[in-house]
Amino acid sequence: MSDEEDDIILSELNDEELVQQMFDDLYDGLKEEIEEGVNILLERKWEPYRILTEALVGGMTIVGADFRDGILFVPEVLLAANAMKGGMAILKPLLAETGAPRMGKMVIGTVKGDIHDIGKNLVSMMMEGAGFEVVDLGINNAVEAYMDAIKEEEPDILGMSALLTTTMPYMKVVIDTMVEMGIRDDYVVLVGGAPLNEEFGKAIGADAYCRDAAVAVETAKEFMSRKHNQLSA
Amino acid sequence: MTTQTTPDDSALTKNGLAPSGDGRVLLLACGALAREILDLKQRNGWDHMDLTCLPAILHVHPEKITDAVRDAVAKHRDAYATIYVVYADCGTGGLLQAACEELGVEMVPGPHCYAFFDGLAAFGNRDEVTAFYLTDFLVRQFDSFVWKPLGLDRHPDLRDMYFGNYETLVYLSQLDDPALVDLAQQHADRMGLAFEHRKSGYGDLETTLQGWAKR
Repeated sequence: MSDEEDDIILSELNDEELVQQMFDDLYDGLKEEIEEGVNILLERKWEPYRILTEALVGGMTIVGADFRDGILFVPEVLLAANAMKGGMAILKPLLAETGAPRMGKMVIGTVKGDIHDIGKNLVSMMMEGAGFEVVDLGINNAVEAYMDAIKEEEPDILGMSALLTTTMPYMKVVIDTMVEMGIRDDYVVLVGGAPLNEEFGKAIGADAYCRDAAVAVETAKEFMSRKHNQLSA
Repeated sequence: MTTQTTPDDSALTKNGLAPSGDGRVLLLACGALAREILDLKQRNGWDHMDLTCLPAILHVHPEKITDAVRDAVAKHRDAYATIYVVYADCGTGGLLQAACEELGVEMVPGPHCYAFFDGLAAFGNRDEVTAFYLTDFLVRQFDSFVWKPLGLDRHPDLRDMYFGNYETLVYLSQLDDPALVDLAQQHADRMGLAFEHRKSGYGDLETTLQGWAKR
Protein backbone atom coordinates (compact mmCIF):
# COMPACT_ATOMS: atom_id res chain seq x y z
CA MET A 1 0.00 0.00 0.00
CA SER A 2 1.34 3.45 -0.88
CA ASP A 3 1.99 6.26 1.60
CA GLU A 4 -0.83 8.17 0.01
CA GLU A 5 -3.25 5.36 0.79
CA ASP A 6 -1.88 5.09 4.33
CA ASP A 7 -2.87 8.70 4.88
CA ILE A 8 -6.55 8.18 4.06
CA ILE A 9 -8.71 9.15 7.00
CA LEU A 10 -12.06 7.50 6.45
CA SER A 11 -14.03 9.99 8.51
CA GLU A 12 -12.85 12.84 6.28
CA LEU A 13 -14.27 11.27 3.11
CA ASN A 14 -17.72 12.18 1.89
CA ASP A 15 -20.28 9.38 1.66
CA GLU A 16 -19.57 8.52 -1.94
CA GLU A 17 -15.81 8.50 -1.44
CA LEU A 18 -16.18 6.47 1.73
CA VAL A 19 -18.26 3.77 0.03
CA GLN A 20 -15.70 3.61 -2.79
CA GLN A 21 -12.93 3.32 -0.22
CA MET A 22 -14.86 0.54 1.54
CA PHE A 23 -15.05 -1.31 -1.77
CA ASP A 24 -11.25 -1.08 -1.95
CA ASP A 25 -10.86 -2.10 1.69
CA LEU A 26 -13.16 -5.09 1.23
CA TYR A 27 -11.20 -6.08 -1.86
CA ASP A 28 -8.02 -5.90 0.21
CA GLY A 29 -9.60 -7.79 3.11
CA LEU A 30 -9.12 -4.99 5.64
CA LYS A 31 -11.52 -5.91 8.42
CA GLU A 32 -10.79 -3.07 10.82
CA GLU A 33 -11.20 -0.47 8.09
CA ILE A 34 -14.52 -2.00 7.09
CA GLU A 35 -15.73 -1.94 10.68
CA GLU A 36 -14.66 1.69 10.94
CA GLY A 37 -16.42 2.56 7.68
CA VAL A 38 -19.63 0.91 8.85
CA ASN A 39 -19.53 2.83 12.11
CA ILE A 40 -18.94 6.13 10.30
CA LEU A 41 -21.91 5.54 8.01
CA LEU A 42 -24.07 4.66 11.01
CA GLU A 43 -23.01 7.92 12.67
CA ARG A 44 -24.05 9.68 9.47
CA LYS A 45 -27.50 8.19 9.96
CA TRP A 46 -27.36 5.71 7.10
CA GLU A 47 -29.93 2.93 7.51
CA PRO A 48 -28.18 -0.36 8.37
CA TYR A 49 -29.81 -2.03 5.37
CA ARG A 50 -28.42 0.65 3.07
CA ILE A 51 -24.90 0.18 4.46
CA LEU A 52 -25.22 -3.55 4.03
CA THR A 53 -26.42 -3.44 0.44
CA GLU A 54 -24.54 -0.44 -0.92
CA ALA A 55 -21.21 -0.67 0.87
CA LEU A 56 -20.73 -4.30 1.87
CA VAL A 57 -22.68 -6.32 -0.69
CA GLY A 58 -21.67 -3.82 -3.35
CA GLY A 59 -18.01 -4.42 -2.50
CA MET A 60 -18.38 -8.18 -2.29
CA THR A 61 -20.08 -8.22 -5.68
CA ILE A 62 -16.87 -6.84 -7.17
CA VAL A 63 -14.86 -9.46 -5.28
CA GLY A 64 -17.20 -12.21 -6.52
CA ALA A 65 -16.96 -11.02 -10.13
CA ASP A 66 -13.17 -10.92 -10.02
CA PHE A 67 -13.10 -14.38 -8.45
CA ARG A 68 -15.24 -15.72 -11.27
CA ASP A 69 -13.00 -14.04 -13.83
CA GLY A 70 -9.88 -15.58 -12.33
CA ILE A 71 -8.48 -12.27 -11.11
CA LEU A 72 -8.91 -13.10 -7.43
CA PHE A 73 -8.44 -16.50 -5.80
CA VAL A 74 -9.84 -18.27 -2.77
CA PRO A 75 -7.45 -16.73 -0.19
CA GLU A 76 -8.32 -13.20 -1.26
CA VAL A 77 -12.03 -13.99 -1.26
CA LEU A 78 -11.73 -15.38 2.24
CA LEU A 79 -9.99 -12.25 3.46
CA ALA A 80 -12.66 -10.09 1.87
CA ALA A 81 -15.36 -12.27 3.42
CA ASN A 82 -13.70 -11.96 6.78
CA ALA A 83 -13.73 -8.18 6.43
CA MET A 84 -17.39 -8.22 5.43
CA LYS A 85 -18.14 -10.45 8.39
CA GLY A 86 -16.71 -7.75 10.66
CA GLY A 87 -19.09 -5.20 9.17
CA MET A 88 -22.02 -7.63 9.28
CA ALA A 89 -21.45 -8.28 12.97
CA ILE A 90 -22.08 -4.58 13.66
CA LEU A 91 -25.09 -4.38 11.35
CA LYS A 92 -26.87 -7.64 12.13
CA PRO A 93 -28.51 -6.62 15.44
CA LEU A 94 -29.43 -3.25 13.96
CA LEU A 95 -31.00 -4.84 10.88
CA ALA A 96 -33.39 -6.78 13.09
CA GLU A 97 -34.31 -3.60 15.00
CA THR A 98 -34.87 -1.48 11.92
CA GLY A 99 -37.11 -3.96 10.10
CA ALA A 100 -34.95 -4.53 7.04
CA PRO A 101 -36.75 -6.23 4.15
CA ARG A 102 -36.71 -10.02 4.27
CA MET A 103 -36.26 -11.91 1.05
CA GLY A 104 -36.92 -15.36 2.47
CA LYS A 105 -35.48 -17.98 4.75
CA MET A 106 -32.84 -20.60 4.08
CA VAL A 107 -31.62 -23.63 5.99
CA ILE A 108 -28.13 -24.57 4.88
CA GLY A 109 -25.59 -27.20 5.87
CA THR A 110 -22.69 -29.31 4.68
CA VAL A 111 -23.73 -32.94 4.15
CA LYS A 112 -22.89 -35.98 6.24
CA GLY A 113 -19.28 -37.10 6.08
CA ASP A 114 -18.06 -33.69 4.97
CA ILE A 115 -16.43 -31.11 7.20
CA HIS A 116 -15.74 -28.45 4.58
CA ASP A 117 -17.55 -25.22 5.21
CA ILE A 118 -15.74 -22.41 3.44
CA GLY A 119 -18.13 -22.33 0.48
CA LYS A 120 -21.16 -22.82 2.67
CA ASN A 121 -20.09 -20.00 4.96
CA LEU A 122 -19.63 -17.68 2.00
CA VAL A 123 -23.08 -18.56 0.72
CA SER A 124 -24.58 -18.00 4.18
CA MET A 125 -22.97 -14.60 4.45
CA MET A 126 -23.94 -13.45 0.99
CA MET A 127 -27.50 -14.72 1.47
CA GLU A 128 -27.74 -12.74 4.69
CA GLY A 129 -26.32 -9.76 2.86
CA ALA A 130 -29.07 -10.14 0.27
CA GLY A 131 -31.73 -10.03 2.98
CA PHE A 132 -32.33 -13.74 3.56
CA GLU A 133 -32.64 -15.18 7.03
CA VAL A 134 -30.15 -18.03 7.20
CA VAL A 135 -30.16 -20.95 9.59
CA ASP A 136 -26.76 -22.58 9.31
CA LEU A 137 -26.62 -26.21 10.42
CA GLY A 138 -22.84 -26.37 10.16
CA ILE A 139 -20.96 -29.42 8.90
CA ASN A 140 -21.48 -33.20 8.70
CA ASN A 141 -25.29 -33.18 8.65
CA ALA A 142 -27.26 -36.40 8.46
CA VAL A 143 -30.62 -36.42 6.73
CA GLU A 144 -32.36 -36.25 10.12
CA ALA A 145 -30.67 -32.93 10.89
CA TYR A 146 -31.97 -31.44 7.66
CA MET A 147 -35.47 -32.82 8.18
CA ASP A 148 -35.63 -31.58 11.78
CA ALA A 149 -34.42 -28.15 10.73
CA ILE A 150 -36.87 -27.68 7.88
CA LYS A 151 -39.71 -28.83 10.11
CA GLU A 152 -38.71 -26.44 12.86
CA GLU A 153 -37.59 -23.45 10.79
CA GLU A 154 -40.05 -23.68 7.89
CA PRO A 155 -37.60 -22.19 5.38
CA ASP A 156 -38.27 -21.37 1.75
CA ILE A 157 -34.96 -22.83 0.66
CA LEU A 158 -32.82 -25.79 1.65
CA GLY A 159 -29.15 -25.44 0.74
CA MET A 160 -26.69 -28.33 0.75
CA SER A 161 -22.95 -28.17 0.29
CA ALA A 162 -20.24 -30.81 -0.29
CA LEU A 163 -16.59 -30.62 -1.27
CA LEU A 164 -15.90 -34.30 -1.71
CA THR A 165 -16.79 -36.67 -4.52
CA THR A 166 -17.51 -39.23 -1.83
CA THR A 167 -20.00 -37.06 0.05
CA MET A 168 -21.87 -35.29 -2.70
CA PRO A 169 -24.15 -38.30 -3.41
CA TYR A 170 -25.56 -37.83 0.08
CA MET A 171 -27.50 -34.85 -1.23
CA LYS A 172 -29.66 -37.32 -3.12
CA VAL A 173 -30.36 -39.19 0.11
CA VAL A 174 -31.75 -35.98 1.58
CA ILE A 175 -33.81 -35.12 -1.49
CA ASP A 176 -35.14 -38.69 -1.79
CA THR A 177 -36.19 -38.53 1.86
CA MET A 178 -38.06 -35.31 1.17
CA VAL A 179 -39.80 -37.00 -1.74
CA GLU A 180 -40.74 -39.99 0.43
CA MET A 181 -42.13 -37.65 3.05
CA GLY A 182 -44.13 -35.81 0.41
CA ILE A 183 -42.48 -32.48 1.22
CA ARG A 184 -40.01 -32.14 -1.65
CA ASP A 185 -42.04 -29.55 -3.53
CA ASP A 186 -42.55 -27.42 -0.43
CA TYR A 187 -38.96 -26.20 -0.62
CA VAL A 188 -36.49 -24.91 -3.14
CA VAL A 189 -33.40 -27.13 -2.96
CA LEU A 190 -30.12 -25.52 -3.97
CA VAL A 191 -26.85 -27.46 -4.04
CA GLY A 192 -23.24 -26.42 -4.43
CA GLY A 193 -19.62 -27.41 -3.90
CA ALA A 194 -16.45 -27.75 -5.94
CA PRO A 195 -16.96 -31.22 -7.48
CA LEU A 196 -20.63 -30.63 -8.33
CA ASN A 197 -21.95 -29.59 -11.69
CA GLU A 198 -25.20 -28.78 -13.42
CA GLU A 199 -25.80 -32.38 -14.52
CA PHE A 200 -25.33 -33.70 -11.01
CA GLY A 201 -27.79 -31.15 -9.63
CA LYS A 202 -30.40 -32.26 -12.15
CA ALA A 203 -29.68 -35.96 -11.64
CA ILE A 204 -30.30 -35.84 -7.90
CA GLY A 205 -33.46 -33.77 -8.25
CA ALA A 206 -32.24 -30.44 -6.89
CA ASP A 207 -33.88 -27.26 -8.15
CA ALA A 208 -30.54 -25.75 -9.05
CA TYR A 209 -26.79 -26.15 -8.82
CA CYS A 210 -25.04 -22.93 -7.78
CA ARG A 211 -21.42 -22.66 -8.78
CA ASP A 212 -20.57 -19.89 -6.33
CA ALA A 213 -22.05 -17.69 -3.62
CA ALA A 214 -23.11 -14.93 -6.01
CA VAL A 215 -24.96 -17.42 -8.20
CA ALA A 216 -26.60 -18.90 -5.10
CA VAL A 217 -27.94 -15.48 -4.14
CA GLU A 218 -29.22 -14.72 -7.64
CA THR A 219 -30.81 -18.17 -7.94
CA ALA A 220 -32.45 -17.86 -4.53
CA LYS A 221 -33.84 -14.44 -5.42
CA GLU A 222 -35.18 -15.77 -8.69
CA PHE A 223 -36.99 -18.65 -6.99
CA MET A 224 -38.41 -16.34 -4.34
CA SER A 225 -39.64 -13.99 -7.03
CA ARG A 226 -41.32 -16.89 -8.86
CA LYS A 227 -42.90 -18.02 -5.61
CA HIS A 228 -44.31 -14.56 -4.96
CA ASN A 229 -45.62 -14.35 -8.50
CA GLN A 230 -47.34 -17.72 -8.11
CA LEU A 231 -48.90 -16.66 -4.82
CA SER A 232 -50.19 -13.40 -6.26
CA ALA A 233 -51.53 -15.03 -9.45
CA MET B 1 14.02 -50.03 -25.52
CA THR B 2 14.16 -46.64 -23.81
CA THR B 3 14.19 -46.63 -20.02
CA GLN B 4 12.22 -43.75 -18.55
CA THR B 5 13.87 -42.02 -15.65
CA THR B 6 11.80 -40.19 -13.08
CA PRO B 7 12.03 -36.44 -13.58
CA ASP B 8 12.29 -34.24 -10.54
CA ASP B 9 9.14 -33.25 -8.70
CA SER B 10 9.20 -29.74 -10.07
CA ALA B 11 9.11 -30.99 -13.68
CA LEU B 12 6.38 -33.49 -12.84
CA THR B 13 4.38 -30.74 -11.20
CA LYS B 14 4.57 -28.28 -14.08
CA ASN B 15 5.13 -30.37 -17.19
CA GLY B 16 4.31 -33.98 -16.43
CA LEU B 17 6.20 -36.69 -18.27
CA ALA B 18 6.43 -37.48 -21.98
CA PRO B 19 6.01 -41.11 -23.09
CA SER B 20 9.10 -43.07 -24.06
CA GLY B 21 7.41 -44.38 -27.19
CA ASP B 22 7.96 -48.04 -26.23
CA GLY B 23 5.15 -50.47 -25.54
CA ARG B 24 1.67 -51.10 -26.92
CA VAL B 25 -0.14 -50.03 -23.77
CA LEU B 26 -0.06 -46.46 -22.48
CA LEU B 27 -0.61 -45.52 -18.87
CA LEU B 28 -1.88 -41.95 -18.82
CA ALA B 29 -1.29 -40.82 -15.27
CA CYS B 30 -1.14 -37.90 -12.90
CA GLY B 31 2.41 -36.58 -12.51
CA ALA B 32 2.12 -37.19 -8.77
CA LEU B 33 2.17 -40.94 -9.51
CA ALA B 34 5.13 -41.04 -11.91
CA ARG B 35 7.75 -42.25 -9.46
CA GLU B 36 5.51 -45.00 -8.10
CA ILE B 37 4.41 -46.24 -11.53
CA LEU B 38 7.95 -46.24 -12.94
CA ASP B 39 9.08 -48.20 -9.89
CA LEU B 40 6.32 -50.78 -10.38
CA LYS B 41 7.09 -50.98 -14.10
CA GLN B 42 10.73 -51.64 -13.44
CA ARG B 43 10.20 -54.15 -10.63
CA ASN B 44 7.59 -56.12 -12.57
CA GLY B 45 9.22 -55.87 -15.99
CA TRP B 46 6.15 -54.29 -17.55
CA ASP B 47 8.03 -53.26 -20.67
CA HIS B 48 4.90 -53.40 -22.79
CA MET B 49 3.43 -50.53 -20.76
CA ASP B 50 4.60 -46.99 -21.50
CA LEU B 51 3.95 -44.09 -19.17
CA THR B 52 3.00 -40.50 -19.80
CA CYS B 53 1.96 -38.06 -17.10
CA LEU B 54 -0.07 -34.90 -17.08
CA PRO B 55 1.24 -32.07 -14.89
CA ALA B 56 0.67 -32.99 -11.27
CA ILE B 57 -0.46 -29.46 -10.45
CA LEU B 58 -3.82 -30.33 -12.04
CA HIS B 59 -4.47 -31.82 -8.60
CA VAL B 60 -5.30 -28.32 -7.40
CA HIS B 61 -7.36 -27.54 -10.51
CA PRO B 62 -9.62 -30.61 -10.74
CA GLU B 63 -11.97 -28.76 -13.08
CA LYS B 64 -9.19 -28.98 -15.72
CA ILE B 65 -8.42 -32.69 -15.35
CA THR B 66 -11.19 -34.13 -17.52
CA ASP B 67 -10.38 -32.00 -20.56
CA ALA B 68 -6.66 -32.59 -20.11
CA VAL B 69 -7.25 -36.36 -20.08
CA ARG B 70 -9.52 -36.12 -23.12
CA ASP B 71 -6.85 -34.19 -25.03
CA ALA B 72 -4.11 -36.62 -24.03
CA VAL B 73 -6.16 -39.68 -25.03
CA ALA B 74 -6.84 -38.07 -28.41
CA LYS B 75 -3.17 -37.20 -28.82
CA HIS B 76 -1.84 -40.70 -28.05
CA ARG B 77 -4.68 -42.92 -29.22
CA ASP B 78 -3.19 -43.84 -32.59
CA ALA B 79 0.20 -44.78 -31.17
CA TYR B 80 -1.03 -47.39 -28.65
CA ALA B 81 -3.32 -50.41 -28.71
CA THR B 82 -4.76 -49.57 -25.29
CA ILE B 83 -4.73 -46.56 -23.01
CA TYR B 84 -5.42 -46.76 -19.28
CA VAL B 85 -6.08 -43.63 -17.25
CA VAL B 86 -4.27 -43.69 -13.92
CA TYR B 87 -6.45 -41.16 -12.20
CA ALA B 88 -9.19 -41.70 -9.66
CA ASP B 89 -12.12 -39.28 -9.65
CA CYS B 90 -9.75 -36.66 -8.19
CA GLY B 91 -12.43 -34.06 -7.53
CA THR B 92 -13.97 -34.15 -11.00
CA GLY B 93 -17.35 -35.06 -9.58
CA GLY B 94 -17.82 -38.05 -11.87
CA LEU B 95 -16.96 -36.11 -15.04
CA LEU B 96 -13.70 -37.98 -15.57
CA GLN B 97 -15.47 -41.33 -15.24
CA ALA B 98 -18.09 -40.23 -17.75
CA ALA B 99 -15.41 -39.01 -20.15
CA CYS B 100 -13.46 -42.27 -19.85
CA GLU B 101 -16.59 -44.29 -20.58
CA GLU B 102 -17.26 -42.13 -23.61
CA LEU B 103 -13.66 -42.51 -24.78
CA GLY B 104 -13.72 -46.25 -24.15
CA VAL B 105 -10.78 -46.20 -21.74
CA GLU B 106 -10.55 -47.60 -18.24
CA MET B 107 -9.56 -45.58 -15.17
CA VAL B 108 -8.66 -46.36 -11.57
CA PRO B 109 -11.72 -46.64 -9.34
CA GLY B 110 -12.05 -44.54 -6.21
CA PRO B 111 -12.20 -40.93 -5.15
CA HIS B 112 -8.51 -39.98 -4.89
CA CYS B 113 -4.97 -41.34 -5.08
CA TYR B 114 -4.77 -41.49 -1.29
CA ALA B 115 -7.83 -43.75 -1.33
CA PHE B 116 -6.27 -46.26 -3.71
CA PHE B 117 -2.94 -46.13 -1.91
CA ASP B 118 -4.78 -46.91 1.31
CA GLY B 119 -6.86 -49.56 -0.48
CA LEU B 120 -10.39 -48.63 -1.49
CA ALA B 121 -12.11 -51.05 0.85
CA ALA B 122 -10.02 -50.01 3.85
CA PHE B 123 -10.40 -46.34 3.00
CA GLY B 124 -14.16 -46.64 2.72
CA ASN B 125 -14.43 -48.48 6.01
CA ARG B 126 -12.35 -45.99 7.96
CA ASP B 127 -14.89 -43.19 7.62
CA GLU B 128 -12.27 -40.66 8.71
CA VAL B 129 -14.18 -37.48 8.19
CA THR B 130 -11.66 -35.25 9.93
CA ALA B 131 -8.49 -36.65 8.34
CA PHE B 132 -6.36 -34.71 5.86
CA TYR B 133 -4.30 -37.09 3.71
CA LEU B 134 -0.86 -36.74 2.21
CA THR B 135 1.09 -39.17 0.01
CA ASP B 136 4.86 -39.19 -0.53
CA PHE B 137 4.56 -36.80 -3.44
CA LEU B 138 2.29 -34.43 -1.56
CA VAL B 139 4.59 -34.47 1.47
CA ARG B 140 7.51 -33.49 -0.75
CA GLN B 141 5.47 -30.92 -2.65
CA PHE B 142 3.39 -29.67 0.25
CA ASP B 143 4.15 -26.00 -0.32
CA SER B 144 3.29 -26.13 -4.02
CA PHE B 145 0.14 -28.21 -3.59
CA VAL B 146 -1.27 -27.08 -0.26
CA TRP B 147 0.35 -24.13 1.46
CA LYS B 148 0.82 -21.71 -1.44
CA PRO B 149 -2.39 -22.42 -3.40
CA LEU B 150 -4.34 -21.78 -0.22
CA GLY B 151 -2.47 -18.50 0.24
CA LEU B 152 -1.08 -19.55 3.60
CA ASP B 153 2.41 -18.34 2.70
CA ARG B 154 0.95 -14.85 2.45
CA HIS B 155 -1.92 -15.10 4.93
CA PRO B 156 -1.11 -17.61 7.67
CA ASP B 157 -4.06 -16.28 9.65
CA LEU B 158 -6.36 -18.12 7.24
CA ARG B 159 -5.10 -21.48 8.49
CA ASP B 160 -7.98 -22.25 10.80
CA MET B 161 -10.54 -21.28 8.19
CA TYR B 162 -9.13 -24.03 6.01
CA PHE B 163 -8.19 -26.67 8.55
CA GLY B 164 -10.23 -25.78 11.63
CA ASN B 165 -12.59 -28.72 11.14
CA TYR B 166 -9.80 -31.24 10.55
CA GLU B 167 -8.21 -33.13 13.41
CA THR B 168 -5.45 -35.32 11.98
CA LEU B 169 -2.97 -35.28 9.15
CA VAL B 170 -2.64 -38.87 7.95
CA TYR B 171 0.52 -39.55 5.99
CA LEU B 172 0.05 -42.59 3.76
CA SER B 173 3.62 -43.44 2.84
CA GLN B 174 4.63 -45.33 -0.26
CA LEU B 175 8.34 -45.38 0.55
CA ASP B 176 9.93 -46.16 3.88
CA ASP B 177 11.74 -42.86 4.32
CA PRO B 178 12.21 -41.42 7.83
CA ALA B 179 13.05 -38.00 6.39
CA LEU B 180 9.64 -37.84 4.70
CA VAL B 181 7.94 -38.90 7.93
CA ASP B 182 9.69 -36.02 9.72
CA LEU B 183 8.67 -33.64 6.99
CA ALA B 184 5.05 -34.81 7.15
CA GLN B 185 5.09 -34.31 10.91
CA GLN B 186 6.28 -30.74 10.33
CA HIS B 187 3.41 -30.16 7.89
CA ALA B 188 0.96 -31.42 10.52
CA ASP B 189 2.44 -28.99 13.04
CA ARG B 190 2.09 -26.11 10.61
CA MET B 191 -1.54 -27.04 9.98
CA GLY B 192 -2.24 -27.35 13.68
CA LEU B 193 -3.24 -31.02 13.32
CA ALA B 194 -2.37 -34.24 15.09
CA PHE B 195 -0.13 -36.56 13.06
CA GLU B 196 -0.51 -40.17 12.05
CA HIS B 197 1.75 -42.18 9.79
CA ARG B 198 0.55 -45.27 7.94
CA LYS B 199 2.74 -47.33 5.65
CA SER B 200 0.34 -47.94 2.80
CA GLY B 201 2.82 -48.91 0.12
CA TYR B 202 1.28 -48.84 -3.35
CA GLY B 203 -2.03 -50.34 -2.25
CA ASP B 204 -4.63 -50.72 -4.97
CA LEU B 205 -2.43 -48.87 -7.46
CA GLU B 206 -0.23 -51.96 -7.66
CA THR B 207 -3.07 -54.45 -7.93
CA THR B 208 -4.87 -52.34 -10.54
CA LEU B 209 -1.75 -52.03 -12.68
CA GLN B 210 -1.01 -55.74 -12.25
CA GLY B 211 -4.47 -56.51 -13.60
CA TRP B 212 -3.95 -54.24 -16.58
CA ALA B 213 -0.46 -55.59 -17.24
CA LYS B 214 -1.76 -59.16 -17.56
CA ARG B 215 -4.34 -58.39 -20.24
